[in-house]
Amino acid sequence: MTQSIVAQVFAREWPKLVAILVRELGDIELAEDSAQQAFTEAAATWGPENTPTTPGAWLLTTARRRAVDSIRRSATMRDKMSHLVPDPDADPPSSHQLMDDQLALIFGCCHPALGPEAQVAVTLREVCGLSTRQIGAAFFTTEATMAKRLVRAKTKIRQAGIPFTVPDRTRLAERLDAVLAVIYLIFTEGHAAADGPALIRGDLCDEARWLADLVADLLPDQAEAWGLSALINLTDSRRSARVDGGGRPVLLADQDRSLWDRTLIAEGRRRLRHADTCDDVGPYQLQAAIALVHASADSDRATHWTTIVGLYDRLLQYEPTAVVALNRAAAVSQAWGPQAGLDALDALTSGDGAAGRNLESYRYYHAARADMLRRLDRHSEAAVAYARALELTTNEGERHFLRSRIDLCR
Amino acid sequence: MRYLLLLYSAPGAGPSSDSPEAAAEMQEWFAYTQKLADSGALLGGEPLHPVESATTVRIRDGETLHTDGPFAETKETLGGFYMIDVETLDEALDWAAKIPNVGYGSVEVRPIMEMPAQA
Repeated sequence: MTQSIVAQVFAREWPKLVAILVRELGDIELAEDSAQQAFTEAAATWGPENTPTTPGAWLLTTARRRAVDSIRRSATMRDKMSHLVPDPDADPPSSHQLMDDQLALIFGCCHPALGPEAQVAVTLREVCGLSTRQIGAAFFTTEATMAKRLVRAKTKIRQAGIPFTVPDRTRLAERLDAVLAVIYLIFTEGHAAADGPALIRGDLCDEARWLADLVADLLPDQAEAWGLSALINLTDSRRSARVDGGGRPVLLADQDRSLWDRTLIAEGRRRLRHADTCDDVGPYQLQAAIALVHASADSDRATHWTTIVGLYDRLLQYEPTAVVALNRAAAVSQAWGPQAGLDALDALTSGDGAAGRNLESYRYYHAARADMLRRLDRHSEAAVAYARALELTTNEGERHFLRSRIDLCR
Repeated sequence: MRYLLLLYSAPGAGPSSDSPEAAAEMQEWFAYTQKLADSGALLGGEPLHPVESATTVRIRDGETLHTDGPFAETKETLGGFYMIDVETLDEALDWAAKIPNVGYGSVEVRPIMEMPAQA
């Protein structure tokens, strides 16, 4: 009983508590430790009869007291001097200040002076409140390895003086790009695990969606923040249709659309509309627009593929990558038939090298090519291409799918 | 916080020393240093002699070893430094990005360890 009350409060209050404490204490480690202690005390003392009426305020006061204790106990003068000392009984911050604190925490955790892996780990720990064990499991490493990575990141934060502030206007766009990249990385990691047995890890998808929504809500005039939250809502709406009962991937064309989450689709549509009002197009919005075209179609056949090709053309202007071009070719094959798609693919690989060579080692290139060949009844060539994709795939579900396709071509 | 900006570049990467380009770059160095000083962030800074003048000292198993040359064999070598005092890492990174040879060299930003005053 008590456990579940504390767990509910934890999910809601942790991100706010850490954000406030980081500003008040000027130290991420002390903030995290004090917040942790406050929750431990809550778990030990709260019951059905004596849960505080304002749990957030109780936790903040308790955490501040623990922080003051730690600062008093700290052994060296240097430690004592480097911390700000909070007043445990001060009022909780205003809602405006709280929004600022939450943004500041996110921008600090996603600071470019940290490596991408460290940014992801610190964000999941401090902003989302995931435990070291949970983060380790999400990235298929041990708790000890993840603990080391977090300690190294927090040491860098302290020693290098990484600021926990909302960047000023001149830096905001660039720094926001980094924040959105971290959130998108967390989502793609959860959405399509490159290695290992599970294709989708829902926890990471949930955290990424929550983060993306939060950042967008806190920055109402940043179009790409809204674009990313739209994209994640729309993509995640297909989660339960993307794998079958055996954990194998189901292609978009074959998905049971009644399993798509209508609430998330509506939320994604609303968020993309808001992005439109900001008058600043970018790659996340274009990808969200593509996802929305899919979400609006009753079947794969009824999908407005020419619109999707047009959106990929625009996306290529922002991200002229082999992967985007590959997706465009796949859309072309749906809009104008497999031969047109195959021509578009061949145009990519016959080009001047680098992009084509990158595609050669990309499993989805061979899978897409195989699919077009199969639709043209060129079965033996299709089987070869599926086999090449199989060689490049480590995910068990995807391997099983590709093997079944090879059998189909024989 | 105080930061040390360490300026690395590969010998020969910049304009050759008696070219008009080198003279133009020199003006940039003066202007940059002046701007840094005007901002109040500049604590010090010096250009260094080329890497051939370096001697590296190590003590291993109680024995002092002197090596002719820099600490590590890398393409880019330390050419100078600025010591600055700014509020945050972001400001230090901004100053680093404005250094005239950052286009062909690199700048390492190192926080300076603040030692407590001796009681």
